[in-house]
Amino acid sequence: MKRLIFILPLVAFAIMAVYLAIGLTKDPRALPSVLIDQEVPPFDLVAIEGRDRGFKHGDLLGEVSLVNIFGSWCIACRAEHPFLMKIKEKNWAPLHGIDWREEDRQAGPAWLARFGDPYTLIGDDPKSKAAIAFGVTGAPETFVVDKRGFIRYKHVGPMTQDVWDETIQPMLEELRKQ
Amino acid sequence: MRAVLLILVLALAPVAANAVEPSEVLADPVLETRARDISENLRCLVCQNQSIDESDAQLARDLRVLVRERLLAGSSDNEVMDYVVSRYGDFVLLNPPFKGSTYVLWLGPAAIFGLGLFGVFVFFRRRAQHDTSTVMPLSAEEDKRLQRLLDEAGK
Repeated sequence: MKRLIFILPLVAFAIMAVYLAIGLTKDPRALPSVLIDQEVPPFDLVAIEGRDRGFKHGDLLGEVSLVNIFGSWCIACRAEHPFLMKIKEKNWAPLHGIDWREEDRQAGPAWLARFGDPYTLIGDDPKSKAAIAFGVTGAPETFVVDKRGFIRYKHVGPMTQDVWDETIQPMLEELRKQ
Repeated sequence: MRAVLLILVLALAPVAANAVEPSEVLADPVLETRARDISENLRCLVCQNQSIDESDAQLARDLRVLVRERLLAGSSDNEVMDYVVSRYGDFVLLNPPFKGSTYVLWLGPAAIFGLGLFGVFVFFRRRAQHDTSTVMPLSAEEDKRLQRLLDEAGK
């Protein structure tokens, strides 16, 4: 009994150390989205220059689709861009874009003209209206939306072949069956 | 002396550090005060240990504007907060809500303090008991032994 008192602080320390160690392995920037399994928030974005129609929440009904948040100022978006082009070329899924926080209306269209345009629909979001509605914390982010217009998954950071093969592709197949 | 005091007060006073730009400020001072209060409690998602009131990040700026727009549109403080929480989760609140998943967070420190208090109480009680035992009179046997030793020494 007497010894227990001396061991107790050590045990308390050990428990705390385990929790802190687990905490260290987690990415503080990867926040769980509260929007998973919720309906796409209402948004209505105007077209970017060079396109004749914008992008709104109603466009996401009827088909399993992807919504990608990007910006010409975003370096990680350039990194994932070739893979987004691949999604379009292989016709894997309809990919829509939200052109986020362009300071200059020309910047987004110029960027797409230079690197290619993988998007079916694009909305211009200079004031973060749709981005905040989607709970976006940084670009790029990619959302998987089911046929009924519900958000089913959110991927933070550049889309890669690995992420696609392991998570997105199986999920799309599953959602298409529903 | 007064000058020293004044310097100390000024040096130690919390400086109102905020990132609100003049163009964002609302004309109505009451609404602006409410907007500031709300902003101070919302976490900036980019620089996570700052409130959106302090942060220069673009997203924080857009959130400040959103808070003000919603207040102008007639939303209550709670409605504005609830909207932002519905988009970003409880994480966005710098003051975590008191609910099931946060009981440990809120009550933990009090519980540990209580435990410590209990420990101190036990410690002093035991010591007090120990002290009285030292002045207990010698038993008959001890008395005899002491007498014997004294007798031996006296020889």
